[in-house]
Amino acid sequence: MDNNLGIYICSGCDIGKSLNVERLINTAKDSGKPLVCVSHEFLCGPEGINLIKNDISEKKINKLVIAACSMRAKQDVFNFDQFTIHTERVNLREHVIWISPPNDNNTQLLAEDYINMGASRAKKAAFPEPLVQDLNKTVLVVGGGVTGLNASVNAAKAGYDVVLVEKKPNLGGFPFSKYKKWETKPPFDKNTWIREGLDELISEAEKSNKIKIYKNSKIKSISGAPGKFNVEIESAEGNSGSEPVKEIAGSIVAATGWKPYDAKKLDNLGYGLTPDILTNVELEELYSELSDNGKSENFALKRKSDGKPVKSVLFVQCAGSRDENHLPYCSTVCCMSSLKEAALIRKNNPDANVYIIYKDMRTMGEYENFYRKMQDDEGIFMVKGVVSGVSFDKSGNTIGVKVKDTLFGGDIDINTEMVVLATGMVPNSGEIELKDNAATLNVGEVQPASGASCPPSVPVSTAQVPKSGLLNLSYRQGKEMPDLIYGFPDSNFICFPYESRRTGIYPAGSVRMPLDTVFSVDDAKGAVLKAIQCIEQTSKGRAVHPRSNDTTYPFFDLPRCTQCKRCTEECPFGAIDEDEKGTPQYNPERCRRCGICMGACPVRIISFKNYSPDIIGSMIKSIYVPEDPTDENYRILVFACENDAYPALDILGLNKMNLSSNIRVIPVRCLGSINNVWYADALSKGIDGILLLGCKYGDDYQCHFTKGSELASYRMGNLKETLTRLVLEEERVRQVQLEYTDYMKLPEIVEDFVNKVKSLGPNPYKGF
Amino acid sequence: MSELNNENAVLIIGGGHSGVSAALEITEAVDKKVYIVEKKSYIGGRVLQMYKYFPKLCPPFCGFEINTKRIKSSAEGNINFLVSSSVEEITKAKEGSGYKVKIKQKPQYINDNCTVCGECAKVCPEERPNDFNYGMDNTKAIFMPAISSFPLKYSVDDKYCKFSACKKCEEACRYSAINLDAKENIIELTVSDIIFATGWKPYEVEKLENLGYGKYKNVITNVKMERLAAENGPTGGKILRPSDGKEVKNVAFIQCAGSRNENHLPYCSAICCMASLKQAMYLREKNPESSPVIFYIDLRTPGRYENFLNKAQSDEKIKFNKGIVGKISEDRETGDLLLDVEDMLSGKKNKVRAEMVVLAAGMASNIKDDLKEIKIDEEIKIDIDENGFIFNDNFKEGIFSAGVARFPLDVYMSGQSATSAALSVIQHNAKL
Repeated sequence: MDNNLGIYICSGCDIGKSLNVERLINTAKDSGKPLVCVSHEFLCGPEGINLIKNDISEKKINKLVIAACSMRAKQDVFNFDQFTIHTERVNLREHVIWISPPNDNNTQLLAEDYINMGASRAKKAAFPEPLVQDLNKTVLVVGGGVTGLNASVNAAKAGYDVVLVEKKPNLGGFPFSKYKKWETKPPFDKNTWIREGLDELISEAEKSNKIKIYKNSKIKSISGAPGKFNVEIESAEGNSGSEPVKEIAGSIVAATGWKPYDAKKLDNLGYGLTPDILTNVELEELYSELSDNGKSENFALKRKSDGKPVKSVLFVQCAGSRDENHLPYCSTVCCMSSLKEAALIRKNNPDANVYIIYKDMRTMGEYENFYRKMQDDEGIFMVKGVVSGVSFDKSGNTIGVKVKDTLFGGDIDINTEMVVLATGMVPNSGEIELKDNAATLNVGEVQPASGASCPPSVPVSTAQVPKSGLLNLSYRQGKEMPDLIYGFPDSNFICFPYESRRTGIYPAGSVRMPLDTVFSVDDAKGAVLKAIQCIEQTSKGRAVHPRSNDTTYPFFDLPRCTQCKRCTEECPFGAIDEDEKGTPQYNPERCRRCGICMGACPVRIISFKNYSPDIIGSMIKSIYVPEDPTDENYRILVFACENDAYPALDILGLNKMNLSSNIRVIPVRCLGSINNVWYADALSKGIDGILLLGCKYGDDYQCHFTKGSELASYRMGNLKETLTRLVLEEERVRQVQLEYTDYMKLPEIVEDFVNKVKSLGPNPYKGF
Repeated sequence: MSELNNENAVLIIGGGHSGVSAALEITEAVDKKVYIVEKKSYIGGRVLQMYKYFPKLCPPFCGFEINTKRIKSSAEGNINFLVSSSVEEITKAKEGSGYKVKIKQKPQYINDNCTVCGECAKVCPEERPNDFNYGMDNTKAIFMPAISSFPLKYSVDDKYCKFSACKKCEEACRYSAINLDAKENIIELTVSDIIFATGWKPYEVEKLENLGYGKYKNVITNVKMERLAAENGPTGGKILRPSDGKEVKNVAFIQCAGSRNENHLPYCSAICCMASLKQAMYLREKNPESSPVIFYIDLRTPGRYENFLNKAQSDEKIKFNKGIVGKISEDRETGDLLLDVEDMLSGKKNKVRAEMVVLAAGMASNIKDDLKEIKIDEEIKIDIDENGFIFNDNFKEGIFSAGVARFPLDVYMSGQSATSAALSVIQHNAKL
C-alpha cells in the first residue's frame, strides 16, 4: 500500500493567531515526511476542500491528516471515501488553542505533538475491507404467544421468511386459555374478549407462506452467528429417537414470555387454605371454564368450594411483587388485570362487593380512564394497605383478611368469600443450571453468583449465572442471553431499548421486562425491526449498534496465540468461541467492534486495520518528551473514551476553559480496548503519568460496550505488577469515571492528577 | 427481503428522541430516504434539556452522541433534516399512494460555513431569554442553542436580532456564515409515509390556580428543576431558588400537577413519579443538608423501576406523603411557601413550609396544537384520541406515531415505539 501522506493545517478559528503555523509545518515536514504539508485559513470552506480533493486526484494523497477542529465537527465536509483514503483528524482547536494560552511555547508543543501523533497513525492505518456476504435472512422467532405471533406476522409482512418455534401444542401462548383482557385501544375503558384478534393472528400465521411453524417443539441448540445461525429443533410430536430438524436463520427474536409467580410460596397470604383463595391466573381459568371457553357471556362467578355464586371477592395486589423476599420488581400488569376482573365480577355478580387491597394503583397513561371508571362503581372498594394475615373459617366457609397500614391509620378485618392473589410475572429466560446437582431453580429466585463459574479474568460483578433451556446457544459464554437484572435480559440503555449483548438476538415482550399484551405488540415489532436490521447491516459488512456502520473488524494472528482465553472470556458480546485447545474462534458477525479483545490480548495478536496495539503505540512513540524535568515538561498521556470523555473535552473547549498543556489525548474506542503494552510504551519512553477517562461502571454502568471501563480498571491489577517491575509508582496511572456533562470537572480532574504525578517526580526513564 | 418501494421518502414530524430514533432505525435497516422536520434550530428535542435520565442518572447527551455518530456515518442523503421548519400542508398525492407535503423553513441566517468559533456572539449587542433554560437566563441574539447542538452551528433569534440596523455579527464572521437577509424557504416533498413524533410540552400549570405557579416565584416546574440542576444551566448546577438565589434544602414535590385530573389531563403522564424521585435524589446528592418531601396520590414506578423507588425510600431524608395539596400560599417575608396538605395516611390536615415547590407538571401531547397549523386534506385519516394521542396507526395510509405522540411514555418506551414505527414504514413499502 502506498503511503502518500498529506498534512493540511487549518489556520482559521484563531488557530493561526494562537500558534506559529509556519513552525508547525516545518516540524510536521521533519517528522512526518509528508508528500504535501500546507496550511489554509478556512480549510472546511469550499476552497480548502478543493485543495485537498485536488491533491487526492493529482498527487495521489491517500493518507490525510486534517489538523483543524475536532473530529466531531465538520465531518460532513471532511468526508472522503474511507476505503481508499484514510482521514485522520487532529484537534488543534477544541483540544489545543481553545483550552491553552495563545502564542505560548507549551501550546505550540502540544499542537506539534498532536500533528505528529496524527501523522504516525495515518501512516500505519490500513483501509477497511468490509466483510460483505450473502447471508440467510430468515427470522427465527422463539415462542408462539402474543409477542411471538406478532413478531412472526410482522416479520413476514416486511418481506422476511420466519421460522416460529413453540413448545406447546397450540399457538397463542398465555392468553389462549384465558377469558378477557382489557381494551387495547383508547380510551381503554372496556373489557374485550381476549381471543378477539388472537384467533385471527393465529390463523394469519398459520396461513402465511412465509412462516414455517414448529409446534410442540423446542430449540435443541443454536450455533453460528447473525446471517448464519444453525438451529436444531426437537419436536415432541416426532418419534423419540428421531433426529432434530435443522434450520438456518439470520437473526432471532426471543419471545419466550413469562410464567406466574409460584403461589405456593405465598402461604402467608393463605394460598392452599381453601380452593377459594386462588391466583389471578386461576381466576381467569375459572372464568374460562364457567363461560364454556368464552361461548357464554352471561354467567355468574361461582366458588370452587361449593359452586355458589360469590357475594364478595377480595383482591390482594402485589402478591409476591414489590417484595424483596419474592419478586423485587413491580409486575406492571396486575393493577389493570385486577381492575378488569373487578369489573367482570360486578357485571356478572351484581350483588357482590369487591375489595382491592393495594399499595399503589399503577394504571399508567390512558389506562387511568379504566381506573377512574372503576372508582365510580360503588360496589368496588379500593383499600390502600398491606395484608398482614389471612385465615379460613371452615365452618362458615369464609375467609378473614387482616389489613394494616390503611389510610387514616387503622387496621381492618374483612370477611370475604373469595380471595384473589394478584401474583406477578416471572421472565421465562431459561433455567438456572446448578453446578453440582440436577435440580434447577426458577429464574425469579435469585441465585447467588457463587455457584457460577467465574472466569479468572472477568470481574465478578459481570459474571453471569449459567442458564439453559430456551435458546441453548453453543456460545462459549453461555447458552442463554445474559440477564440484566431479576432474570430479565433487558437493555441497560435508556436511549437504546433493544441494545442486546448477543448480536442478532433480540428479546421481546414480557421476557424482557414486565409488559402487558398491548405493549408486547409494539415490542415485538421493535424487536423484528432490529432483527432484520442486523441481517441487512451484517450482510453489507457493517456493524450494528453502537458502532453502527463501522466497516472494520479485528483480525486474529492465530499462529502467535498462546490460548490464554482472555479474549474469549472478556468479549462483552460473546463473539468469540474457542476450540478444545482454547484457540479463539472469532465470529465477525457477532462482533460489535469495541476492541475489548484487542485490549485483553497479552501477545497483541488482535488488531483492526485502523486501530491496533502497533498503531496507537506508534502515536505514543511520536510524542516528544523533553528531558529537562521542569514543571511544564511533565507529560501526561490521556486515553479518552470516544463517546463520552472525548466530547466532554470538546465541550470544555467550546466553553474556552483552561486545561493543563501537559496532557496528550488519544481517543480510544472503549477503555476496554486499551492494551497494557501502551502503558509500557508510554512509561518506558519517559511519559510521567497516564490518565484514563471513561464511562461509569457498576450497576448503572454507562459503558456502551457494557463492561469496557470496568475491565480497564480490573486490568490495572496486572499493570501494577508491570509498574513494580519497572520500579515505578502505581499512582502514575489513574482511571477516572467521567460523564459527558462532567466537562466542567475536567480542569480539576486533570490538574489533580498532574499535581500528583509532579509530587512523584519525573519518570526516571526519561531520555533512555 | 423482497423489494422495497423507495422512490418516495418518509416524513418524520419532530426531531426529538423519538423522531431521530425512528429515522435511524429505518435507514440502518433499508435504503430509504427520511426527512425530519423540526421546529427548533437543532435536533435532539426536549430530552436534551434534562439534567439526567432516570433510572441510571446518566446525562442524555451520551446516547445523543451515539445517535449523531450514527447519523454522520449513515449512507449519504438518506437522513435529511429540515430544522427551524414546520409542515404547512399535507395533501394526497394524485398519482399512486402517498402525500405531497409543503414545509416552511424559517430563514437560515447561519449557513453550513459556521465553525462555531463564537466571534459573532462576542459582538452581538442584543440579548434574548434563553428558551433552552426556560427563560431563566439570557443569551445573545446570536447563540449556540444547546451545549452540543446538532447541526453544530449558531442560531439567530429573529425576535431579538436587530438585523439591518446592526449586522455586527455579519461583519465579525470571517467565514461568510451569516446572512441576515436570508429568506424563508418553501420545500415540497412527496412522501410515502408520515411518522408523527411531535412530542409533548409541560402542562400549563398556571391553570392549577391553587398551586400558585406564576404567582409565587419559588413555585417552579419539574422541567425547570432539570435546568437548575444542570451544570450547563442558568445556575451552574446549583439548585438555587428563583426569588433570592438561596440554595434550597427543604423542597416540596407535588405529583400529578395536572395529571389524573379530569379538568386538566385526565390520564397519568407516566413519567412524573420517576422524575420527582430522581430530582429528590439528585437534590440530596448536591446538597446533603436537604430534605425533600414528595406529595403523591400513588407512586407509579413500574417494572424494574421499583428498585429506583426503593433506593429513594432508603434515604431517610426523603419523605413521602400520600395526600393532595389543597392550596399553596406564600410567606411574603421569606419567600417560603405554605402548603395546606391532607396526609391521607394519618387523616390529618397539615400546614407544611417549603423553601421551594416543584410541580410535577404532566406531559401534554403537542399533536392537537401542531395540527391546527397544518392544512390537511379531509380524506386523510389521523386517528387522534380525545387526549391528543395517536395510538391507532393507519397502516393502510402509512400514518404512524412514535413517542409521546403515541401515548404518555418515558424515553425508554419512546425508543421502543420509534423502533416499532420504523418497522411499520418498512412493511408499508415492502413489495411483497
